[in-house]
Amino acid sequence: MPSAAPIVNFSSLQKRYGAGPLVLDAISLAVQPGDFISFIGPSGCGKSTVLKLVSGLSPGSAGELTVMGVKPRQARDRQAFIFQDATLLPWLTARLNVEIPLRLRGLASGPRQAKAREMLALVGLASAADYYPRQLSGGMKMRVSIARALTLAPQLLLLDEPFGALDEMTRNRLNEELLAVRAQSPFTAMFVTHSVSEAVFLSNRIVVMAAQPGRFHAEVPVDFPYPRPPELRARSDFQAKVNEVSRLLHEVEEPVTA
Amino acid sequence: MKKFSPLLTWILPAVSGLLFVALWYGVRLASGLQSWILPTPLEIMAAAGHEHTRLLAAAGHTARGALGGFVLAAGLGFLTALLLGLSKSLRASLYPWLLVLQMTPVIVLTPIIMLWAGPGMPGIITITWLISYFPIVANMTQGLLSTDMNHVALFRMCNASRWQEVLFLRVPSAMPYYLAGLRIAATLAPIGAIFGEYMVGNASGGTGGLGFLVYSYNTQIKIPALFATALTSCLLGFIFVAAVAWLNWAVLHKWHDSFERNDH
Repeated sequence: MPSAAPIVNFSSLQKRYGAGPLVLDAISLAVQPGDFISFIGPSGCGKSTVLKLVSGLSPGSAGELTVMGVKPRQARDRQAFIFQDATLLPWLTARLNVEIPLRLRGLASGPRQAKAREMLALVGLASAADYYPRQLSGGMKMRVSIARALTLAPQLLLLDEPFGALDEMTRNRLNEELLAVRAQSPFTAMFVTHSVSEAVFLSNRIVVMAAQPGRFHAEVPVDFPYPRPPELRARSDFQAKVNEVSRLLHEVEEPVTA
Repeated sequence: MKKFSPLLTWILPAVSGLLFVALWYGVRLASGLQSWILPTPLEIMAAAGHEHTRLLAAAGHTARGALGGFVLAAGLGFLTALLLGLSKSLRASLYPWLLVLQMTPVIVLTPIIMLWAGPGMPGIITITWLISYFPIVANMTQGLLSTDMNHVALFRMCNASRWQEVLFLRVPSAMPYYLAGLRIAATLAPIGAIFGEYMVGNASGGTGGLGFLVYSYNTQIKIPALFATALTSCLLGFIFVAAVAWLNWAVLHKWHDSFERNDH
């Protein structure tokens, strides 16, 4: 049930870097509070750029973009970014990495530690609090990264292919954990991925993008109710949804020139 | 590469050291050179024993000069690198001139430094500082510029202020570079101090360090004592390098890839 004000609103937004070619061409989209919306498309379609624009890390070139009713940069304290790699600071333990956003806000050490331990417990890493990143596996690092992003209870979470480098089993488990965490600490999510089944499992909306210039090709609603059990992946209606998105992806893939 | 057993890593250098000493004796016997041209290791040890009070006092003097210059270089190098690393315009305007200064052999500047800083310890510390300063500045500046861009984006997303970014991100991530600079500086600092003493030690009334001993033994043609001075300098240099290696270990071993992962 969409409420009145969208949490992110693109209207005819264009993006080009400098005098380069158009990266995103006149995209329009309203992300509603509570949405888990995935962006999928061929490389170079500008899916990561969509997140950079929303985070304010990169400004739009034309058109309008509001995040929670204000300019992207002004909404930064209510959003968090999860990068493709875990971006943990290697000289800090898992706990101190989770504390970074709190420390940058000037929170005292006591409450900072308590909050970090709580977040690590939420992602199942309570016992790894004092490990350094190099002692953690890829999946564990990403869990720490999720815990860090959620410390300030952001309303909007931007995820840029966070599980792309993980093996499929770990990826599936983290997908399930991400939804479980979201059930406890709700956020609106914008999620960039290359994996169709991941997008279908996580999202209630999927935006299929096309390249050159980057644009929205189609939007697919995914109506499976939350919470979504792992068994969902084996169901035929889940497979049908995966096939539907895959078909749309094939439409936008570049024709092979002989 | 196959790893040697721990025993072999001690035995092999010992064997090659003994072979070297044997070769030394062999050259001495075969050539018929005299003791004052090529003393034997035993004669050098005897000279070291005979001169040990002078050598130790001189080593202490040199250590103070080297440490003073090294600490000055470590501190000023850090601050200079901060300025260069954080301001593009300062970097553009100053770095070329720092390179010019670095290209100038310190030996040429010595008389000028002595004129300005005064002979004795101030001059020695200035020379040591000049010699060990640049590797620290160059490494640390490089480190500050090598911060992972994703980490910077993370800090931007957290609305980190400029000084928070510097304090919590850029400086810690530049630490391996800074320490690499300190390691180079640690080998240069005793050399700088000894060189400074060699140039000016006598001007301060004969209380100079190892560099002055070199000057003094040389004029007296005390060649075994000269070798003993070299040995002492070598030990002093070793202490400096070992101290910085320890610092490097203390700062980095828990998290940096240059140290083997310790499994738990």
